[in-house]
Amino acid sequence: MPAMLKRLARSLGLVAPNFHGGIEPDDRKLTAVVPIRDCPLAPLFIVPLKQHIGGICEPIVEVGERVRRGQKIARADSYLAAPVHAPTSGRVVKIEEHAIPHPSGLGLTCIFIEPDGKDEADDSLTPMPDWQQRDPAELRERARLAGLAGLGGAVFPTFIKLVRDQKHPVQTVILNGVECEPYLTNDHRLMLEHADEILSGLAILIHMVGASEALVAIEENKPDAIAVMRRALAVRDDLPDVRVVEVATRYPHGSEKQLIFSLTGKEVPAGRLPMHVGVLCQNVGTCKALFDAVMFGRPLTDRIVTVSGEAVPEPANLRVRLGTPMRFVFAQCGLEDFEGLHVLHGGPMMGERLRSLDVPVVKSSTGILAFSETALSPAHQAEDPCIRCGHCSEVCPVSLVPNLLADHCRADQLDKAEAYNLFDCIECGCCSYVCPSNIPLVHYFRYGKGQVAQIRRERAFAEESRHRSDARMDRLERDKAEKAARRSKVREQLAPEAAAATTAETKAETTTQGEGES
Amino acid sequence: MSHILVALLSLGGFALVAGLVLAVAQKVFHVESDPLVDRIDALLPQTQCGQCGYPGCKPYAEAVAAGQAEVNHCVPGGDRTMRAIADLMGVQPKAVEEEAKAPMLAFIREDECIGCTLCIKACPVDAIVGAPKQYHTVIAEHCTGCTLCVEPCPVDCIDMLQKPELIEHWAWPLPDTRRARQGKVRRGQHAGHA
Amino acid sequence: MPIMLSSPHIHGGDSIRMTMLTVILALMPAAIVGVYLFGWLAVFMMLLCIGGCMATEAVTLLMMGRPLRALSDNSAALTGLLLAMTLPASTPWWMALLGSVFAIVLGKQVYGGLGYNLFNPALSARIILLISFPLQMTSWIVPMHVGTPAVDLYDFHACLQLFLFGPDAIGQGLDAITMASPLGHVKTEWTQGIGVAEALNNYHYSVLDAFLGREAGSIGETSALALLIGGIYLLARHTITWHIPVSYLATVAVLAAIFSSVDPNHFAPPLFHLFAGGLILCAFFMATDPVSSPVTPVGQLVFGIGCGVLTWAIRSFGGYPEGAMFSVLLMNCAVPLIDHYFRPRVYGHGNGNGA
Repeated sequence: MPAMLKRLARSLGLVAPNFHGGIEPDDRKLTAVVPIRDCPLAPLFIVPLKQHIGGICEPIVEVGERVRRGQKIARADSYLAAPVHAPTSGRVVKIEEHAIPHPSGLGLTCIFIEPDGKDEADDSLTPMPDWQQRDPAELRERARLAGLAGLGGAVFPTFIKLVRDQKHPVQTVILNGVECEPYLTNDHRLMLEHADEILSGLAILIHMVGASEALVAIEENKPDAIAVMRRALAVRDDLPDVRVVEVATRYPHGSEKQLIFSLTGKEVPAGRLPMHVGVLCQNVGTCKALFDAVMFGRPLTDRIVTVSGEAVPEPANLRVRLGTPMRFVFAQCGLEDFEGLHVLHGGPMMGERLRSLDVPVVKSSTGILAFSETALSPAHQAEDPCIRCGHCSEVCPVSLVPNLLADHCRADQLDKAEAYNLFDCIECGCCSYVCPSNIPLVHYFRYGKGQVAQIRRERAFAEESRHRSDARMDRLERDKAEKAARRSKVREQLAPEAAAATTAETKAETTTQGEGES
Repeated sequence: MSHILVALLSLGGFALVAGLVLAVAQKVFHVESDPLVDRIDALLPQTQCGQCGYPGCKPYAEAVAAGQAEVNHCVPGGDRTMRAIADLMGVQPKAVEEEAKAPMLAFIREDECIGCTLCIKACPVDAIVGAPKQYHTVIAEHCTGCTLCVEPCPVDCIDMLQKPELIEHWAWPLPDTRRARQGKVRRGQHAGHA
Repeated sequence: MPIMLSSPHIHGGDSIRMTMLTVILALMPAAIVGVYLFGWLAVFMMLLCIGGCMATEAVTLLMMGRPLRALSDNSAALTGLLLAMTLPASTPWWMALLGSVFAIVLGKQVYGGLGYNLFNPALSARIILLISFPLQMTSWIVPMHVGTPAVDLYDFHACLQLFLFGPDAIGQGLDAITMASPLGHVKTEWTQGIGVAEALNNYHYSVLDAFLGREAGSIGETSALALLIGGIYLLARHTITWHIPVSYLATVAVLAAIFSSVDPNHFAPPLFHLFAGGLILCAFFMATDPVSSPVTPVGQLVFGIGCGVLTWAIRSFGGYPEGAMFSVLLMNCAVPLIDHYFRPRVYGHGNGNGA
């Protein structure tokens, strides 16, 4: 009944519109009541040179060098990148390729740091308690230097979004505390334990982008977090236009585009950013990290990680230094024997299965989950034929037709797949979750996207090679022509009288010769 | 008799009108398109490797366009390129004789290089730099892996290495399910593999 | 090469097997009414068709070298049950068996098996039978509790004899034990120049009887009430969505209402159309067959409207008294086109609020 009333209210325009599709999986928040505790320092840290979407960083330390916690150890050269910092004080022991959390199991250059146990902090970033007087551009540079990236899992470099744009002014800041993935509770615990810091971070965000209002979105299944945030908000008088909004418990409500539509009724146009509709969306964890970076000059060197899953004896929320090997983190929760277990990096809906446990915790590590093999979806073993039930289109939050799209991807009809909006897929996994035929739809879409990207890359390379080849041909031709010209000149000099007599004939001859040679 | 005449006249008239409409439409809606050679050339990988038996990608494109060459001679282009050309030419796909190898990269062992510049002259895409009596080096990002530089080297100091797999260029393979595999097999059969 | 496994790693637990089972369950009320009206004949027919379909499925799977596991997805059983529901109770056993083989072989496996068929298998088999054996497929045995049946359909032996050896075996002609269905009656009278209202009158037609199922017809299609119960169960279980049944039935009702108010002598009233023949069965169980219907909601609406228009048109102007099955089959052909042209607007494309 309440659901019906809500729907009625929505159709009457009393409640902001919800988003299309979505599913309601069992949320299994095993660690919702487990307070955050610190994960001890690991014996060796492995720090990948890229922990965000965008370009790879360049190391600026050398093997044997001593580093301190928060010291910049890799420089971001490209625009879409954020620098990397040492997670603790110690010595750089090697810089080489090592596996990172990635479905391919491939590696990336990593800086290995052996801690000295002193955990001395670097103080090159000065605290800015007077941030209200600072220029937004200065704060933006601080966000970049502190290595901030979206901690909700997408790890988009944060500073890019924190901009005051004349053409696209941000009116609304949305703080994303939805956390709709099953099992994950890191944002939930953060809101319970650090509500005030998060709100201070929000104040900095509002100051930076000049927004007129802000919404803190929390899913209904976290009533305690909603209450705590509301209480924390009530005692502050510097945030008059901020509201804590309860949103329906519905996966993927925490996905940026879906949340924006649900709260404001605006759709982010394909290929654009939220700021193009006047919205800035930030995860609560990122917001807290921004607060730390501005107030205390602390770069991003740790994050909250939910360690959960049915195979973990003592599920927990840990504050883990970036670069800590996952095996070490699991050991803190009583899990050391991984025989017959599967380990996920991220939530069960969007995370990836890890091939190795020696990969480090990175900025995108919202959670690490361990399950027995049988507990996970059998979708990958038995794929039945599609019976076209249409449930996938019903749940797709971007209104794709997943079954037809998957057919095109499977058949390598990539142009058709693109016409069916392959690249609008957000890979949320709702379609695979409901498919009665167990079709790994998302896997097909990833395959299709990968193939398209590869073809584009090959095309671009071929185009470049063609130019180089054409240029070489032109050059050879030119050389030949020059040589011919030189030769005829020499001939003219040697036989000036004859040339004078039959100038026209010689000219004609040399031109034909030139043509014949080329 | 008059019935037949009416039928003949009306149908003939109709055919005339339809023909006129078509003729006008062809003039009005005429689409200017690239010459066939360029369109085939655009599909080729531009390695200029000569494995097709022609001295480069463009000559092969010319041969295919003239109907002198089959569509399946481009080894580095693999199945996909063959299919695209067959599609463009409107002919049956035909399996590429040689399996495409993993992308390669030429590498010059610089301490052995005598600086003869022969490889520089052989490189079809100017991807090798160096001067006479100086070490030569392959610019990795321009190398197409055609192997044309290996043969001319008098001291045999050029190796073909496998191109390193980059994490950002990694692409998901097809799911390992029976249906996905069947699809692949079936497409292979279409190309005359089986 | 390790197996590559993509997210999501959890699954909602739906399966083809459960989906088909739900539909079979939803057909139970109508099946019970069928047994109530047609006694043992209905039981024989359902068992024969289900058995025939499953056996054919097994044989075809073996012939194609596919795993027999596919038999356990219940789809063949459902096809058999659906086929039995659409057959007259007096259908000879061999005809029903032939129909079962048609349904599986021509309706499904020649297209590549479950999921690839263009048409609903049960429906295509029914149509093949109708065209091949028009007399038997339009002879409706007088049901129990309606008029005075010439045969006691609750008598096991009599029914078995009738089922195996035809009406001659029990000393009756086909004519003697059958009667016309309302749709057939109206059509016949119309060809003889008698208007709809008069025809219904001399048939002693009552809307309530038609709704409850006290009339001649195929085994499972007489009772609109029982079929509606099953349909609502399917909707509640989210096996089907409202789009196809509602748009289908509404289209028929609206067309009938408009035309019968203009010319009541030629066109039957909406309630007559809704409860007559196989319309409700088709709307909830045949047109909604996921494989042969459109995927997207808008496409489903278009599909339903198309079915409605065709059904009404065939009934009103066509040579056959009943058009529901033909219309669904015809619209099945259009599904690939509908799927292509009626895709939903994708987030962030076109005229969304923000775009």
